[in-house]
This record gives sequence, structure tokens and C-alpha cells, in this order.
Amino acid sequence: MSGGTAGEGTLAERARAGDRRALARLLTEVENRTAAGEQALRALYPQAGRAHLVGVTGAPGSGKSTLVAALVTEARRDGRPVAVIAIDPSSPITGGAILGDRVRMQSHAGDRDVFIRSMASRGHSGGLAAGTIAAAAVLDASGFPLIFIETVGTGQSEVEVAAIADTTLVVQAPEMGDEVQAIKAGLLEVADIVVVNKSDRPGADRAASQLRAMLTVGAQHDRAMGDRPRPKRPDVLLASAMTGAGVAELLASLDRRDVVRRSGGTAETDAAALKRAEAQLYGILAQRVGDQLRAPGRSERRNATLRAVAAHEIDPYSAADRLLALLAENPHE
Amino acid sequence: MSRDADIIGRVTSPTEPQRPIKVLIAKPGLDGHDRGAKVLARGLRDEGFEVVYTGLRQTPEMVVSAALQEDVDVVGLSILSGAHMTLLPKICAGLREQGMDDVLVTAGGIIPDADVPALTEAGVSRVFGPGTTIREVAEYIRGNVRRSD
Repeated sequence: MSGGTAGEGTLAERARAGDRRALARLLTEVENRTAAGEQALRALYPQAGRAHLVGVTGAPGSGKSTLVAALVTEARRDGRPVAVIAIDPSSPITGGAILGDRVRMQSHAGDRDVFIRSMASRGHSGGLAAGTIAAAAVLDASGFPLIFIETVGTGQSEVEVAAIADTTLVVQAPEMGDEVQAIKAGLLEVADIVVVNKSDRPGADRAASQLRAMLTVGAQHDRAMGDRPRPKRPDVLLASAMTGAGVAELLASLDRRDVVRRSGGTAETDAAALKRAEAQLYGILAQRVGDQLRAPGRSERRNATLRAVAAHEIDPYSAADRLLALLAENPHE
Repeated sequence: MSRDADIIGRVTSPTEPQRPIKVLIAKPGLDGHDRGAKVLARGLRDEGFEVVYTGLRQTPEMVVSAALQEDVDVVGLSILSGAHMTLLPKICAGLREQGMDDVLVTAGGIIPDADVPALTEAGVSRVFGPGTTIREVAEYIRGNVRRSD
């Protein structure tokens, strides 16, 4: 009756009109990088760019999914539609995946203004799936003003999410290590907000004060650095996704950042939008270059070049130059 | 040479679109026995499927909503509580109502043979009993999935 296949218009039009089946279909097209998905994105891209994209990252088991579910509950109190993209790893061996983040989010099933979509990383490294930015654009254009992007469980240096999210939330569990862990480069450096989750557990206050001491110091030093790239000074908050403590404060903190972003933003948020554009564009360029090299008339020479690099007969830099020259040629010659 | 090209193709095409079959494994109703569902989810992962697992105690509406948002090709329902004659037809009807007639629905767990014809009538395409191997399930899915592409 509300049949997805019977609707009028393109998938993109129907998704924008609130047809959830069409939206889900469209996300599949985008994830599979089909021609239909690309066409829809061309139409939807100008409508996107409004939503607050919040990246949520942290170690496996730190409570990312449960915390996202709690934040969704909080946002729904104000009646805001919320979307979640939850990424889990694909097997490098079989290509299969277990997408288990929904288990923590099922209390929102049946609420048509909460849209949760799992994505497998499909060989993409960095904590996201290749189609993540595109999927976020689709959800953005379909009217979700708040979109959480939950990465795979990350270690110390999977910082890609920070390049595509407006706000990056790094989730830590109380027993994350000592102050030396807090001053290491990588994941904690890209955080706009660090949340010590499971604040009902012993050690949470101590972990938060250690993180605060190590991450938020240095404002004076920042000024002395002038125009050189300077680290972010993240807020460190405590929350318990289980008891709900601190969740409202966390959402309020996210919303404050969104207000700054929408009111024209700071130099920092402009930089985030540019970085996201770059990540997206380079991803597509790499894909297009790959497709062209696989085209008939080129794939033989591409394969020969690959074999030569594998056998150490030619260095990879010369090989890259050779393939770029190959792209400039007419494939049918 | 063609074998060589084949190997190169497999090893070096990370940007090539891959489309694993996407399966939802759900536990409708009030039984807490999800070892089987988890073992199957894990086994299907090893068979190259993308498996969404919903967790325990799902209402038919929750299962339908998850299947819709995830745009899965297959819904696998594990049920050991005896409530299959109530819950499974509701899920099948819910999927049809949402326009997901093309989704393959299978069931497993403790389901008496005598109930199978009625479940088939309701839209469950196959009931797997105890002792079914993961390979059998995987092959059945590969052979019967109705992908719209």
C-alpha cells in the first residue's frame, strides 16, 4: 500500500518526500556505487550541506553505539529527526561482515523519524566505508538535521572521520590508560569533544581529569604558535549511556557547536567543509582513475605495469607516471 | 595469462563495486536463546554475506523496520519459543505492506513440521530445522535471493 515500488518519481525525489523505502533503496545504490546512485547524488548534492554531521569514534567496546542510541533518545525529546550511519568492519578474507550496532539501538525501531543504517567497511581503511560521505549527503538532503556517523572500533590513528564530520566525538572508557596515552598523537588530537563514557564505573572521574589536564592545557602556547597548525582543545565530558547521566549535557554541547557552524562558522568549520570536499573529490577521482585503467585497451598495460612493480623491475613512482601517461592517451588507439 | 589477469583483478580492485548479499538475522518474540542466531550470523559472515544482527526480543514491527532501513535481501528469523505461528506471519505481512515483497524470508529454530505448510502459505520461503548446516543455508540463500539489480 505504501509500496516503495509503486511510488511516483525517482528514488531521490521519493526519498526527499519522506518515502523511507525509497531512502533505504537509494542508500544501497550509493553504497554499491551504481550509476543510479551517482545520478541521484548529482540531484541531491545541492540540497545537502545543512545537517550537523557528528562523527563518533573510539575503541571497540567503549560504548559508541549505546551512547549514540542515548543521544538519539535525547534529540527525539525535541522532536528532531535523527539519522545514524553505523559502520562495522568487513572481513578482509571473505568480504562478509557482522553489522551489530543496531543491537544497541533497537529501542528506536518503529520511530519513523529515526533512520539507522549499517554499512560494512568493504575494504576501506580509516574507520569508515567508502560510501559514507555520499550516504550522509543522501540523509542530509532527505531532511535529517542531525546525523551520527559511528566508525568501526578504532585504535590510535583512524582519524578519517574527523575529515568528514562537522564535529568529532571521541568516546573513551574509564580504563583507557594513563596520562601518557592522553598525550599521544592521533585519535585524541582530532576530537572536538572527548567523552568518558561509562561514568557509572569506577575510575571515570579520574580518567576525565587526566584527559582534561593533558588535552586542554596549552592555550597560551597556542597563541605563541601564531599561524602554525595548532591542536584542538577538546571539551572533556563525562557520560553514562546506561544511566543517561551526562547525555543531555553532551547533546547540548554538540548543539552549541552546530549553532557556531550554521551562523557562518569559524575558520575551523570552513576548513572542515573544505576537507570533506577534498576527501570526497579525491575518493571519486581515485575511483574514476581506477575505472579508466581497467577499461579495455588499457587494462593489459596496467596489468603489465603492476606485474613489473610486484617483481621490483620498476619502481612504483615511475609506474604511477607511466599509468598517468596511459590515461592521457586515447584508449582506442 | 587469463588466470594471471584474474588474480590481478581480484587482488587490485579495492574500488571495484562489491555487492555482498545483505541478510538480517532477527530473534522475534520472547525467547532468550540466541546462540544459534549468533552462530549462523558468524557462519554467514564467513560465507561472504553482510549480516545485520538485531539482538533479542524483537517485535514484528521492529524486524520489519530494521529490514526496511537496512534494505536487506534476506530476513532470517530464529525462533524457539513456540510463538512462530503468531509472529512469523505478522512479519511477512509487514514486509509486504512496506513493499518488500522481493525480500526472501527464511526461518529456523524449533518449528514442528506440521506448521511448515501454513508458514509457507504466509510467505516464509524455507524453514530450516535443527541439524541444518551453515553451508546449506548459504547455498539456499544464494540460489533463491531475488535481487532487484
